[in-house]
Amino acid sequence: MTNAIDALPLWLSGLVAIFLVCGGLIVLIGGLGLLRLPNFYQRIHAPAIAITFGAGSILIASMLYFSALEARPVIHELLITVFIFITAPITSMLIMRAAVYRELQEGKVNYVKQGRQSSHAEE
Amino acid sequence: MSSLLLYAIGFTQLCILLAMLFCTIRLLLGPSAQDRILALDTLWMCAMLQALMMGMRFSNGVYFELALLIALTGFVSSIALAKFLMRGEIIE
Repeated sequence: MTNAIDALPLWLSGLVAIFLVCGGLIVLIGGLGLLRLPNFYQRIHAPAIAITFGAGSILIASMLYFSALEARPVIHELLITVFIFITAPITSMLIMRAAVYRELQEGKVNYVKQGRQSSHAEE
Repeated sequence: MSSLLLYAIGFTQLCILLAMLFCTIRLLLGPSAQDRILALDTLWMCAMLQALMMGMRFSNGVYFELALLIALTGFVSSIALAKFLMRGEIIE
């Protein structure tokens, strides 16, 4: 395995490393946002950045790496990319709809009252 | 040059591992059920990325199929859990 990694040229491994570090940092920021943000509706934004930008850059890095390793274009990582980009909005929309439904049923949120008092309600 | 790529792979795996840890904490202490389902969905995604990173570390193409399977299973399970949260049952 070490021989295969050694065979890569320097500029290509640098490019792959840049994509990897960017993706890892973005995934870390997404996880931190999921932990730290105060409200559920703010919290649902945090994994979206990890899914789109983080997974996107890691998949690009994987594509470049395997293309260079096998000396032919390896693009089957695009399958995961397309699948994630199609399914992630569906999942988050369904979870958000379920959350709104549950909170309406519990009586925590009242549409009319919140709309009227939104000028001097801080939350 | 090989050590550069190995360090980058190790750093990325550490970042994804920390993100998985944060998701687990949110999964354990999430105030409501929808928080827990959101954390579980993100945990599936991080596991998929971790499988891809293992494939890059060992230069093995088998991990790609593992990542694809994890993505598929995670999508189905998240949809089923969201439907259960909405309706109280999955197949009506």
